[in-house]
Amino acid sequence: MSEPFEPRIVAFFCNWCTYTAADLAGVSRLKYAPNARIVRVMCSGRIDPQFVLEAYASGADGVLIGGCHPNDCHYIEGNYKCLRRYDLLKRVIGTMGIDERRLRLEWISASEGDRVQKVMNEMAAELVPLGPLDLPGKQAAWDRELHGAEAVR
Amino acid sequence: MHWRTWSEEMGTTVSFSDRKVPEVRIGVYVCHCGTNIANVVGVKELAQFASGLPGVVVSREYRYMCSEPGQEMIAKDIREHRLDRVVVASCSPLLHEQTFRTATSRGGINPFFFQMVNIRENVSWVHEDGKAATRKAKDLVRAAVARIAHHKALQPRSVKINPDVLVIGAGIAGIHASLTLASANKKVFLVEKEPTIGGHMAKFDKTFPTLDCAACILTPKMSQVKANKNINLWTCSEVVSVEGYVGNFKVKIRRSPRYVIEDRCIGCLQCIEGCVFKKPTVKDEFNLGLSRRKPIYMPFPQAIPQVALIDPETCIELKTGKCKKGCVTACGERNAIDFTQKEEVKEIQVGSIVLASGFKTFDPTKLAAYGYGKFPNVFTSLELERMVTASGPTGGDVVLKDGTKPRAVGIVHCVGSRDENTNRWCSKVCCMYSLKLAHLVKERTGAQVYNFYIDMRTPGKGYDEFYGKLLEEGVHFVRGRVAEVSDWPAVPTEEGRLVMRVEDTLSAVVRRIPVDMVVLSVGLEPGADANELRRMLNISCSTGGFFLERHPKLAPVNTATDGIFLAGACQGPKDIPDTVAQAGAAAAEAMALVDRGAIDMEPNTAHVDEKSCSGCKSCIGLCPYKAISFDGAKRKAVVNEALCKGCGTCTAACPSGSIGQNLFENEQILSEIRGVFGHV
Repeated sequence: MSEPFEPRIVAFFCNWCTYTAADLAGVSRLKYAPNARIVRVMCSGRIDPQFVLEAYASGADGVLIGGCHPNDCHYIEGNYKCLRRYDLLKRVIGTMGIDERRLRLEWISASEGDRVQKVMNEMAAELVPLGPLDLPGKQAAWDRELHGAEAVR
Repeated sequence: MHWRTWSEEMGTTVSFSDRKVPEVRIGVYVCHCGTNIANVVGVKELAQFASGLPGVVVSREYRYMCSEPGQEMIAKDIREHRLDRVVVASCSPLLHEQTFRTATSRGGINPFFFQMVNIRENVSWVHEDGKAATRKAKDLVRAAVARIAHHKALQPRSVKINPDVLVIGAGIAGIHASLTLASANKKVFLVEKEPTIGGHMAKFDKTFPTLDCAACILTPKMSQVKANKNINLWTCSEVVSVEGYVGNFKVKIRRSPRYVIEDRCIGCLQCIEGCVFKKPTVKDEFNLGLSRRKPIYMPFPQAIPQVALIDPETCIELKTGKCKKGCVTACGERNAIDFTQKEEVKEIQVGSIVLASGFKTFDPTKLAAYGYGKFPNVFTSLELERMVTASGPTGGDVVLKDGTKPRAVGIVHCVGSRDENTNRWCSKVCCMYSLKLAHLVKERTGAQVYNFYIDMRTPGKGYDEFYGKLLEEGVHFVRGRVAEVSDWPAVPTEEGRLVMRVEDTLSAVVRRIPVDMVVLSVGLEPGADANELRRMLNISCSTGGFFLERHPKLAPVNTATDGIFLAGACQGPKDIPDTVAQAGAAAAEAMALVDRGAIDMEPNTAHVDEKSCSGCKSCIGLCPYKAISFDGAKRKAVVNEALCKGCGTCTAACPSGSIGQNLFENEQILSEIRGVFGHV
């Protein structure tokens, strides 16, 4: 029997709201699924779409973005810029054949430790039926195909 | 020929084919945090794992990395093993990043060659499965090791601190903070939205547990505020906008008109006599509507400033312009009344801000079963406070609405506190003030007093002794949450009275207790303008809406925003001693900042690589602080470091990858992401 599938999530959290909320979840000892690896950025506006794609390319099964609630951004409006990029990203990953549910954006304020717990658990559970994305594996296969074709020619 | 691999193809901003990892010598330090981390994460296994990562020269685990020996261990290793990078896997960077940067710099290298891995808040405290937690910790450490190779030496930018301090709110917290600052010769702007300073404390009769009179200890401090030349007191004023950053805040304050010129009024109150309103008819805000005032009034006899004010909603002259203006005649040659006063907005510059905006009490109409607003003899605790005050609406008599004395009084604890349906938190002061009110009611009326409580919470110096005294005084204590207050009599003795139905949980019976007066001990809530202030000052709130301190234990008066400090109940319910202590602490923190004269800013600003900037201007419109401008001659974007606050939005948007952000460079974050999965 192989081990059950444990989705791997990269979570980009903004320093002021969602990262602080994750700290609060910790201080409150709220238990949640251990699937996500948090990458701290100062603002959700710092999240380059490239980071999300890089996460998939490196082996993530899902990407979670956490920012301040609308109107509450520490940098006035970085979260709106994040929202715009998120909407575009959804379409981009769709065209790449990546299920949209593999990308999630959540507004979580510094006081919402319980929400971190809820979102982490939900996302981990939602990714299980989708199975592994395994972009590195697929890329390797495609590379083999290309290089193979080259060799034959 | 070289085929770019798919993973190379996915990347666009960084050219991956020539990805270079600098040669580095990394030290990794895994903290046990006592047992906080070590109980869940396999710390030995983690350190062992780290030692095998590329570039890692030293890998250790230790019980308390943040302790002096822990820090010294890092500094010593840097010197002995010629380390040039340090990774510490311990708690949240929001807690100890600074500590370890200092340790790194003690070793003789730039403090920004340091990266922190959060394996406590993000791992050991939130996961139970040790295997999964250790796996996660390994991924995070590997990510940090991958990231830190790309760190650069940075110099923090030092900014000057404007020595003036703004204090928002002039309750006991704001007053104490202002006086403390002023006595250290700091210039203070004290802004209060009400016409008088004093806040809630000015409304109290006695203070627990010593029963000394609130006015006797507060009003001298209020006068000192007025008299102190270092304090610039603005009442009827509200902060409308805050810009800038630590050391250099630009604050706009709206001053509403009083219609009485402060410098000319001497507080003789003759204008009030002279007002064309023969009788006071307007509900008095200070007495919570229990008494009446005229359109021109003084909030209460000891109000500071001792200046009358006119309520534009009810003043005939201000409403219609057709009044005989008896007030003006009475004021005579002092000529202090000015109907033409207009609202004005003042702009001030300060270096730090003490936020002491206080609280509001719970509105008990939300709990219909207690009959507040329905039965005239159901009062809030604050209304009773006014009633027992000698200078209050009844001259200190505890009376029912018909003027008679109550024979029995029921005090309901935890109204709007410790209740899933309203507010989950304990308001901390209600047990004690309920005991105080019980004592005062008994003293003034000789009535039977019933306290209905869930738990008696009396921690504090002399507090539990006070509770003991009340028990001896013959005040009744019933343990149980009151279910209902009604006027339906079941027996003749309940006729015309209020019946309190409650389960007495100590004797396990449901009781009906007839009383004449019900007092609701309302809990404390964040102030009505808390949310607005929070947004203006860019600080967070905790669950419930009280302002969030930087650290619950180690930085209780600081906020996440440098230069903004908290004092009093705006941070959470607290009594007067705690409030004063916190106000003093906030003043001291502000003073430390002022006396230092300058502060190092986190060097996380953006920078433009002129070589590759194409001058497309994408970044310029994105910056919320107008920190990026366009150099027309060079056709390049230019970042003004003094204005940049380091959000990195421009960096994320630059199509050519020409803008970087210190501490959060593209290659740093990308390596961190790849590091999570082991592709360094």
